[in-house]
Amino acid sequence: MNHFSRLAKRGSSITQLPLKLWAGAFVLLFGVWACAPSSSMQDTSPAGSSYSSSVVTFDQAERPSPDPRVGLEAGLFDAEEAIWNMRKVSHTPPPEGFLGVTNSDLAFKDNYAIQGNYNGFMVWDISNPASPELVVDYLCPASQSDVSIYENLLFVSGEGYGGRLDCGTEGVDQAVSQERLRGIRIFDVTDLQNPQYIANVQTCRGSHTHSVLKDPDDNDNVYVYVSGSASVRPEEELPGCVDLMPDEDPSSALFRIEVIQVPLDNPEQAAIVSSPRIFEDLVDAPSHGLSPADLAEIEEARQQGAFVADVFGRPRVLSPRWIRPLLEQVVAERGGTGEPTAADSAALRETLAERIEAQFGGNDDEEDEEETIQRGPDQCHDITLYPEIDLAGGACEGYGLLLDISDPANPVRIDAVADSNFSYWHSATFNNDGTKVLFTDEWGGGSQPKCRELDPYEWGANAIFTVENGQMNFESYYKLPAPQTTLENCVAHNGSLIPIPGRDIMVQAWYQGGISIFDWTDPENPIEIAFHDRGPLSAEQMESAGSWSVYWYNGSIVSSEIARGLDIFELTPSDYLTQNEIDAANTVRLDYLNAQGQPKYVWPASFALAKSYLDQLERGRALDMQRIGDLRQQIAEAENASGSRRARMLRELAGDLESTAGSSSDATRIRKMAEAVRQLAAG
Amino acid sequence: MNISNTQRTTFLLITLLLMLGAAGCKSSQTATDRSASSAPSEDRMEELYWARIDSARMTFSQADVDFMIGMIGHHAQALIMSRLAPENGASAQLQILAARIINAQRDEINTMQTWLRRRGQPVPEVHIDGLNLMIHIPGMDHEEHADHTNMPGMLSQEQLVELSEAKGTDFDRLFLRYMIDHHMGAVTMVRNLVNTDGAAQEEDAFRLASDIQVDQITEIERMKLMLEELSDPGNHP
Repeated sequence: MNHFSRLAKRGSSITQLPLKLWAGAFVLLFGVWACAPSSSMQDTSPAGSSYSSSVVTFDQAERPSPDPRVGLEAGLFDAEEAIWNMRKVSHTPPPEGFLGVTNSDLAFKDNYAIQGNYNGFMVWDISNPASPELVVDYLCPASQSDVSIYENLLFVSGEGYGGRLDCGTEGVDQAVSQERLRGIRIFDVTDLQNPQYIANVQTCRGSHTHSVLKDPDDNDNVYVYVSGSASVRPEEELPGCVDLMPDEDPSSALFRIEVIQVPLDNPEQAAIVSSPRIFEDLVDAPSHGLSPADLAEIEEARQQGAFVADVFGRPRVLSPRWIRPLLEQVVAERGGTGEPTAADSAALRETLAERIEAQFGGNDDEEDEEETIQRGPDQCHDITLYPEIDLAGGACEGYGLLLDISDPANPVRIDAVADSNFSYWHSATFNNDGTKVLFTDEWGGGSQPKCRELDPYEWGANAIFTVENGQMNFESYYKLPAPQTTLENCVAHNGSLIPIPGRDIMVQAWYQGGISIFDWTDPENPIEIAFHDRGPLSAEQMESAGSWSVYWYNGSIVSSEIARGLDIFELTPSDYLTQNEIDAANTVRLDYLNAQGQPKYVWPASFALAKSYLDQLERGRALDMQRIGDLRQQIAEAENASGSRRARMLRELAGDLESTAGSSSDATRIRKMAEAVRQLAAG
Repeated sequence: MNISNTQRTTFLLITLLLMLGAAGCKSSQTATDRSASSAPSEDRMEELYWARIDSARMTFSQADVDFMIGMIGHHAQALIMSRLAPENGASAQLQILAARIINAQRDEINTMQTWLRRRGQPVPEVHIDGLNLMIHIPGMDHEEHADHTNMPGMLSQEQLVELSEAKGTDFDRLFLRYMIDHHMGAVTMVRNLVNTDGAAQEEDAFRLASDIQVDQITEIERMKLMLEELSDPGNHP
């Protein structure tokens, strides 16, 4: 608890609330520890005794109230903090050369975290998360310095106009200059403590972000998808850059992404290999249609007696201007005259669909008074590549795209969604089995306060979709549930999955809204299960700060704080997450991580894994409590046994589980548990 | 103000600061050496932090200032247009769009005013009275009204009146047409900015200009789609 003692040294007004919070955290910790199932407890309870539950349902779980994130005191290094169901393991300010300059995205390799900064990048040795050690601070200014790593190569994005090929700090004063770098820098990090700057790939719109794709079938190359959102460079600066519309000039740099192929044996030869126009003809792409808010409005109108009909595939409230002639038509058809009656109105309701179809269907002769070529977005912000399932989620301006990436150089769009509540599609995260995808809306670009009390919940939020047969279906929104001040830039930003087996749990950065961990296993009802937040950086004016990205990496939750440096957290058990589930997550080890190149989590056999599933069966009340108690005891006994005896007990348990599955409300989870137990037996 | 001189000075200042702060940190050997020395105190770090923020802030150019001043007036007109939506019977979808435009551009006006204030530049004040937009720039000669009529995409007063008199679907259609032009004007203003020597180098200005560009391009695409959907059934009697 070095964090606590550090805070305690400072002014007493600041320590008041944290003290209470930490006290709360202790209570929570001890509370949960005390009732967490442990093998010794199970051993002492005689078989057949009644089992008292230790894992509460979500409905019974406790939340802090009022929300401690409201009203936190401002400060740079001494802001007041609120934390729930996680522990801050360390906070490390940036090195002096990077202080006061924006910290950006993170990548990981072995025991190192690479942190981008508008001045270059840093490499931290996080072998001891309680005390990260700076091993490299590489000065090479360029915004946003988005970083990715693959084997011995580090990629860094440059977008701003001040980035220089030679890494100089003086900026580029001319609008057209041969000294400017906008694109991807490549470093050889064979020795990560001594990066060598080996190549650049310049792009027409620079690189706001990028994603690295390793094709499982191609061991010679790695691919970098580049998303540039700034203006197209003048042709005099970079030949071939065309700022015209594609129909005026097919080589237009607009409406496309760039794919760079990097030969692993010869990374200096990295070059753009294709510029896929994944946005073409988006007018034909089905959208997920109306948002729940829109649908609710239509439903309300319907209940108030409005006429609602599907026009061009979407339900619409028909205006009286449309309805009047239709009603007159009904009156005329029955040979009547004068004002339509209630019966006419009812008759119209019954036949509305056909009449609309007859009137509006097949209007090919429609004169186009406006330009009707619909191009959709002209760039993506982030593309999350998930090669294990051959899919990518493209967050592209007004659209969320689902891409088939089985041919890495030629991604193909297979679905697209739009949403009137979404301003700017920013990034995507799949759940582990690829049956869901979550898109973020970086409304206001990350520099505006979009989490105020009166900002709508569905604006600047996440949208959750299920993915079925290559189609995305909208389920719900998730937004940071604690209102923030006008002094805090806050909107949905970068995050990653936490490998809690059997659940979809994500940790996400919300800039000065802090860090929110939420469960979206039930896509219709995402729920927050942990958080950390600081007060505003300044009490007087909005200063850019907060968590840019936060990712889970090998048991640590690492956050890049724009102004304050590097934060490392770990999960603590709570009503929402058991120690077993945390332990099981921590069995997953990655060699490297680029969050925009999503890895598939695989859990090695462990008792923690089996017990996680059991905890979840209990949380969901998927078996009766007596049965849960018996299973806990069986696992505990097996864990205490060894050798062939243990294996036999586990095999028996697996058999029991398989025969139980059919009678449970959560057969899938029981089968997963059975499989985990079988693997343990074989292990 | 002599911009190029100011810039040179601030670049120099920054370079100096960087050199002082991160002496030779391009080579990683020194970085590891430095980490062995005792860490600076939090107070000293905080002092340095604000010094950096303040000096980085001053790397702006006159083109950035002109952009901010112009864009405040440009955004203000979008507020006037959007505020008409509820009372003029706009569709639900258009009201959502208008509400978002108000929320986004009001916040951006605030950000741009703050940007100017912190750099000791004249800060336009926005006064909206119905369809009338008045921009006062205190401190300028005879409380100057900024000339905001000749910026790209700005509606004439006649067009504003026309919009204010349109109702229902007619309003939707006209609003979308005018707002698409208005947004395209903002995109043009960003383009002009970045094509100016020395402009948009300062981080906040770059970010603001980029955000305005991407947000408005995104919204243009959405509005084109809305307009197209509207123009199909709407042309039938």
